[in-house]
Amino acid sequence: MIEFSEEGKRRYQTILSHYPDKRAALLPVLTLAQREFGWISQEVAEYIGKLMSYPPSDVLSVATFYTMLHKKPAGKHHIDICKNVSCWLMGVYPCIDEIKRQLGVEKREVTADGKFSWDVTECLGSCGTAPAMQVGDRYYENLTPARVAEIIEKLRND
Amino acid sequence: MTRILLANIDKPEQASIVKYRERGGYKALEKALAMDQAAVIEEVKASGLRGRGGAGFPTGMKWSFVPRNTGKPTYLLCNADESEPGTFKDRILMERDPHMMIEGMAIASYALNCHLAYIYIRGEYEFVANMVQKALDEAYEAKMLGPSVMGKDFALDIFVHLGQGAYICGEETSLIESLEGDRGYPRIKPPFPATHGFLASPTVVNNVETLCALPWIIQNGAAAYAAIGTEKSKGTKLFSVSGHVSKPGVYEVDLGYPLVDFINNEAGGVPNGRKLKAVIPGGSSVPVMTAAECPGVLLDYESLLKAGSMLGSGGMIVLDETTSMPETLSVIADFYAHESCGQCTPCREGTGWAAKILKNIVAGKGKRSDVDLLLKIADMMEGKTICPLADADVMPIRSFVTKFRSEFEALCGDN
Ligand SMILES: Cc1cc2nc3c(=O)[nH]c(=O)nc-3n(C[C@H](O)[C@H](O)[C@H](O)COP(=O)(O)O)c2cc1C
Ligand code: SF4
Ligand code: FES
Repeated sequence: MIEFSEEGKRRYQTILSHYPDKRAALLPVLTLAQREFGWISQEVAEYIGKLMSYPPSDVLSVATFYTMLHKKPAGKHHIDICKNVSCWLMGVYPCIDEIKRQLGVEKREVTADGKFSWDVTECLGSCGTAPAMQVGDRYYENLTPARVAEIIEKLRND
Repeated sequence: MTRILLANIDKPEQASIVKYRERGGYKALEKALAMDQAAVIEEVKASGLRGRGGAGFPTGMKWSFVPRNTGKPTYLLCNADESEPGTFKDRILMERDPHMMIEGMAIASYALNCHLAYIYIRGEYEFVANMVQKALDEAYEAKMLGPSVMGKDFALDIFVHLGQGAYICGEETSLIESLEGDRGYPRIKPPFPATHGFLASPTVVNNVETLCALPWIIQNGAAAYAAIGTEKSKGTKLFSVSGHVSKPGVYEVDLGYPLVDFINNEAGGVPNGRKLKAVIPGGSSVPVMTAAECPGVLLDYESLLKAGSMLGSGGMIVLDETTSMPETLSVIADFYAHESCGQCTPCREGTGWAAKILKNIVAGKGKRSDVDLLLKIADMMEGKTICPLADADVMPIRSFVTKFRSEFEALCGDN
């Protein structure tokens, strides 16, 4: 049986206190769950469902609507790189190739050491500093293949 | 040119409440709190401020649709979902001057008699949300928020709510569904959020930039704001410009500023000695304009509409002569296919088919009849869906295909 850490339990109570209706807390609670457990598995859905008294299927049906909630395990560092217009115009594809070369896995796969996974994503709101990617809660902008290699190298040693 | 939204954007530590107040911050809130709630709404009406989230609906009028004394609370939702490709203007406001948004929200909340407000921020902007949270904490500490705002008999709580990756949640009814803890399926309107919004209560959804204009309007008066801009497009507007320009970034201009001057002066023109080919003036969902269509066009709601496009969110994407228009459209169509929530058949099927056909064309496997098929799909989608996302795909498809048809046909060869 999984459960939130002590800090997670405190966070959970704080989240509930922000809404006049318990249901409104579901998305932030799922976000918290992903932070605690890495991804939204059936087990996580059952735990959240029990905690908030919703059927796990209901919890999963909400989770599957949102692309940032992982429905399968992700790497410790998950890279989302933007392929929308401005990033494409500014040369994101060579950067994507570099990610593939560096990690040796296809998108949505996890590296053997569990450290990395990656995916392409839509506009990140960094079009003026394109190409851009997101890793965890950080943005990396004005990318070049060389910079991508550097960033991955740093994260590898992290 | 007047600077209202970006006046202090480059000043040191503007994000801290101390600096914000030193530079005149929260004076407008103090002034608003001394006014009648109805008078604040009248002031905003008279300013001519229109929603900066994309639709351009008059803000004061929207507020006046909110019924009073329904026995239910009224909610204000700040739309910081900013996901329209090409748009990155709300982010800079929240990163560098978050108290302006908070003060704007407090003024709006007072006018609407709202005591609980949320800022719905796209999940990718978690680092921005952290900065906003820090500013909120400061505002509580300084009693700009809480049980007694600035010592007055007015309570207001503001919370940050993070999205988790869904473009559609920027649409106001989808945002409300998402905030209620459900899949972000847009609702059929009416009823409108003004009467049946968050938790079936009266609700106003306003864009970050809209709310940020409020402190200036209250402080300087509606007439001063209405003196800027054109007859129907009042005030200043942020444009985030990207793509093939020398100086991409966010710029504030008076509405009615010439488009060509904006590209050449503010954005530094098209680099590498290349020629301008096309401009998407207001985010990826508005019709594309050819370079030949740009001269004489002004950056305001009416002028852009007359020119066959739209002001939208002000997310301008500039394309130089080397750009393949079918490839650009293919990238855009992929986006809408990915982001369709799937509720309406014409949108779910249409966005998917358009994306597939375009991929084929770009790969050199298309037929000439596919070009007309794209237009047919556009007709099939337009105006037949719950929310405007389908139309947001129709506008680029139709404009790209009709204005650059030969490029599409050339890729199809003799097929
Ligand atoms: C598909 C779609 C996406 C939208 N995305 C956003 C958005 O990211 N941010 C925003 O402020 N408005 C967005 N809107 C517009 C909102 O529905 C709404 O009109 C706006 O938030 C109202 O605020 P305003 O009156 O201040 O402009 C979107 C609309 C549609 C149809
Ligand atoms: S138009 Fe598309 S995005 Fe909008 S409600 Fe229908 S299916 Fe969903
Ligand atoms: S297009 Fe990549 S961040 Fe906007």
